[in-house]
Amino acid sequence: MSEPSSEVVGRILPVVRAPDPVLSRPGATVDPTAPEIVQLAADLVATMRVSPGCVGLAAPQVGVSAKVFCVDVSEHPKTRGHHGTFVLCNAEVVSASRNEKAREGCMSVPDLTGDVKRASRLVVRGQEPGTGAEVVIEAEAFEARALQHEIDHCDGLLFLDRVVGAHALHARKTYL
Amino acid sequence: MTFLAITVLGHDRPGIIAETTGVLAQLGLNIEDSTMTLLRGHFAMMLITGGSADATTVEESLGALTADGSLSVSVREVPAEQVVARGTAYLLSVHGGDRPGIVSTVIAEVAKVGGNITDLTTRLAGELYVLLAEVDLPPAADPAALESALGEVAGGLGVEVSLRALESDDL
Repeated sequence: MSEPSSEVVGRILPVVRAPDPVLSRPGATVDPTAPEIVQLAADLVATMRVSPGCVGLAAPQVGVSAKVFCVDVSEHPKTRGHHGTFVLCNAEVVSASRNEKAREGCMSVPDLTGDVKRASRLVVRGQEPGTGAEVVIEAEAFEARALQHEIDHCDGLLFLDRVVGAHALHARKTYL
Repeated sequence: MTFLAITVLGHDRPGIIAETTGVLAQLGLNIEDSTMTLLRGHFAMMLITGGSADATTVEESLGALTADGSLSVSVREVPAEQVVARGTAYLLSVHGGDRPGIVSTVIAEVAKVGGNITDLTTRLAGELYVLLAEVDLPPAADPAALESALGEVAGGLGVEVSLRALESDDL
């Protein structure tokens, strides 16, 4: 995977929070070669970079209802394999297997966490911003989880839509 | 804004939550947080509501639920609280043959090191006893030392115990 284009300077955008309706609307399919999509890709990466602990960000989270997201799990302690920083447009899951349950949080739902089952083996197909080239990514473990979380955002779904049970939702604690 | 702690306990049947929350909505109360489960088949619900109605009015309005004696309702005013935790969250898991004192003996070890339990479920299924608790350990507590203390009391009780860090990942 190539790093996103360095010719476009990303802007840091405010992250919207639930119950903002943009988070619950399926994002539009985009033209990955369109200049505004290349700009959006750079903005997502720039915004992810300045957000502590953030390993992925989807367009609806910055108020844009579009199927574009970025991921970078390379610094996360739970990461096994990874593909560095990348942006995908119009991504979809090709195959998913080996579900594992873990507790997830989200910048757009800052006060709650939830137990969510996600595939730990995943194949995703999407397009690179700029070139529009089709790419297929085989991801595992934490990167696979992050990809599914971001693809869900692009489909208008939050982790809240996938929590495994009525007692699997938790108040995020403020640690002093 | 008045916060009320409301509990509804008793014989389970369909419609208890619909009736309870219908009354609360008519009184203009907002359900802030709530939890409900069945405990050995008994209906058990706890809610914190916010609004302007006072505890007496709410208890009287919920009177129809208690009329046949199958449910008991309590309502009392509570102060606003903040969810603040100190330290790190762990999941304590205990299972083994049922016998008196499992919960009290195990949880005493948590209390000794200043651990605060934020969620707890116990289930008795036949002879099998299971306890799951989420525990906040203060920074001064040594999780390894607690785990070995828990292991010691668990050995005495003949149950299995584990303590593992509860992590959540921001995506």
